[in-house]
Amino acid sequence: MMPTATAKPSTQTAPWTKKDLLGLRELSAGEIRLLLQTAESFREISLRPIKKVPTLRGKTVVNLFFEPSTRTRTSFELAAKRLSADIVNIATQSSSLSKGETILDTVKNLEALKVDVLVIRHAAAGVPHLIARHATSSVINAGDGSHEHPTQALLDLFTIQERKGRLEGLNVSIIGDIAHSRVARSDIWGLTKLGARVTVCGPPTLMPPQIEQLGAPGAGGAGVRVTHNVDAAIRDADVLMLLRIQHERQESMLVPSLREYRLRYGIDRDRLKGAKPGLLIMHPGPVNRGVELDSAVADGPFSVILDQVTNGLAVRMAVLYLVSGAPKGDEDEG
Amino acid sequence: MATLLITGGHVIDPVNKRDGRYDILIDRGVIADVQPSIPLNGAKAIDAGGRLVLPGFVDLHTHLRQPGHEDKETIETGARAAIRGGFTAVCAMPNTTPAMDHRGVVDEVRQEARRVGLAAVHPIGAITRGRQGKELTDFGELFDAGCVALSDDGSAVADSFLMRRALEYAKLFGRPLIQHAEDPALSAGGVMHEGLVSTTLGLRGIPAEAESVIVARDLALAELTGSWIHLAHLSSAKSVDLIRQAKRRGIRVTCEVTPHHLALTHEAVGEFDARAKVNPPLRTEEDRQALIEALADGTIDCIATDHAPHTDWEKEADFDSAPFGISGLETALAVCVAALIAPKRLTWSQLVERLSAAPAKIAGIDGGSLNPGAPADVVLVDPAAAWTVDPKQFLSKGHHSPFAGRPLTGRVARVIARGREIDDV
Repeated sequence: MMPTATAKPSTQTAPWTKKDLLGLRELSAGEIRLLLQTAESFREISLRPIKKVPTLRGKTVVNLFFEPSTRTRTSFELAAKRLSADIVNIATQSSSLSKGETILDTVKNLEALKVDVLVIRHAAAGVPHLIARHATSSVINAGDGSHEHPTQALLDLFTIQERKGRLEGLNVSIIGDIAHSRVARSDIWGLTKLGARVTVCGPPTLMPPQIEQLGAPGAGGAGVRVTHNVDAAIRDADVLMLLRIQHERQESMLVPSLREYRLRYGIDRDRLKGAKPGLLIMHPGPVNRGVELDSAVADGPFSVILDQVTNGLAVRMAVLYLVSGAPKGDEDEG
Repeated sequence: MATLLITGGHVIDPVNKRDGRYDILIDRGVIADVQPSIPLNGAKAIDAGGRLVLPGFVDLHTHLRQPGHEDKETIETGARAAIRGGFTAVCAMPNTTPAMDHRGVVDEVRQEARRVGLAAVHPIGAITRGRQGKELTDFGELFDAGCVALSDDGSAVADSFLMRRALEYAKLFGRPLIQHAEDPALSAGGVMHEGLVSTTLGLRGIPAEAESVIVARDLALAELTGSWIHLAHLSSAKSVDLIRQAKRRGIRVTCEVTPHHLALTHEAVGEFDARAKVNPPLRTEEDRQALIEALADGTIDCIATDHAPHTDWEKEADFDSAPFGISGLETALAVCVAALIAPKRLTWSQLVERLSAAPAKIAGIDGGSLNPGAPADVVLVDPAAAWTVDPKQFLSKGHHSPFAGRPLTGRVARVIARGREIDDV
């Protein structure tokens, strides 16, 4: 795929040269735009009666999931299949170290089987980076600890752009457990690089130190706005992204109780009364109904939660396509 | 043992305020004489060729891993690494398996060290049995067996009551208790400094307060008991401020800092580089500057390596799983040159004092000076030698260093330990 340079800087893409997709922090705005544009071109494949193209025929993709996941794993699996790649699912909840084998041993064994792409999910931050340093295959980060979840953020960007026609200048508020959220971090990088203004909102216990310094320099200066007041986060927002509150957070004294959290930060219809018309409600799933999001809002007219899932497929097809095509100069350029 | 005469060197011996051209005569394992010029008189000459001639370095904080973790290090490999780094004496931390909490283990370590015969090894016994923080060890037995201090290093004595009793009882022996200052509740699950880098990487942070809370508590307990506390591997500006005030108040406190905390910040973690995973963690530039300042003004007494070797495969794990620790004996001097001498924060004389006389005094061992009569522990250093750190070449079994690939200046050229020339460094 050739980069399509135009006069308008906000639509400029950059050519894809990376072996791996590890996070959005290390991508340029142009690379992110290219990913979104490529996803756009793949979107209609899933709308065809025969949902398959031969683009990645002969490539082998491994879903290597060290942490349970249904939606991300399924999304990658279908994305690979619709591009005609062969895909193998490896789910291991026990750390391989407990069996005496290191992560790198596992990866070296897979590489000996001549695979092309490793899709990695792990509860520890940095595992895809460790693997990418030692692997010749392409590595896609499907979520590493509290660090990044780049394909989730890309599908978020895609969904917003699809609904709003742009990202630049939009106000996006991310509400919830920012400290432990890989989705929040990837979204902060992706959104700010494409010119959106990001506000993060949650109790101080769920806010990591110096979070305000994260993100690309934007219209409002570098970084993101932090507020602990959910009404302030809703007021000017074009998009609300809710994050799942894990039950364990209660045990580690990060929130006194889920009830207390719902009363302060839960989004229901009442809370949205003063919101902008056309507000989008997003959630990376799975939704904790009745905690961060009331069912009436989750299933309501503002919600684009299922669009996110649909778009995730196109985004993951784009990522698989770009990482397996770009660096190694394969003949199959689709 | 041959009589040796070191000639033509630039002697720096802070204890005796020597900083210039001297000859050193070594006889029967001790320093026999130091004069501007000494006739050879049948001694074997060692031409220092203008190099620095220094008292052997003393490391107050070394993990030799034996017994129990001989895959990470042995007394022999650790002692070799020490010599290459210019350390003629090291104090061995008790987090072995079993822990050095009773005489048998201490005897075993000393016996093996004598067999190896390179760097002198001075054991540090545990404060509590099994380093579990529950019951005190038999302090008297441990000191009688040759321990120079006691510590539960690797973890803090978290129980304030137990720490108070330990400090009180330790007064019988006139030796320090060494605290690894870390509140386990505040650091739980943490793998690096809590700050912008941990937030960016999504890693669990360890706030500077996990250290300074225990520092503050132990200073209060040292004041209460009138006992001697030594605080290990300081990492934060807050701890340093507390200690500076405490010293002014006359509280009996000494402390140390590692070369890596003097040279690096949390930025060294980069993209999940576990070679920079160390406890206490590398902190901010502000902390680093405060540590250098404190080392210069005497608030921090000495430099200690916290040499903490691990196997390659353990350190090649992901950041959360990789063990804490840096293999530090063989880079200590050159890292200190880069962090302290090159930016003119310390003079050579000050650096030598912090690496030899000051730790020797805290350990209560005979060393750290070129006094006639003192053990002939002498290091020849080529201060201008440029080299690049290649951990694969380390003599230690720990081949992990955040300084890998870094060009450094200053190298140990020759070591004489208790009058014996060690050739294989």
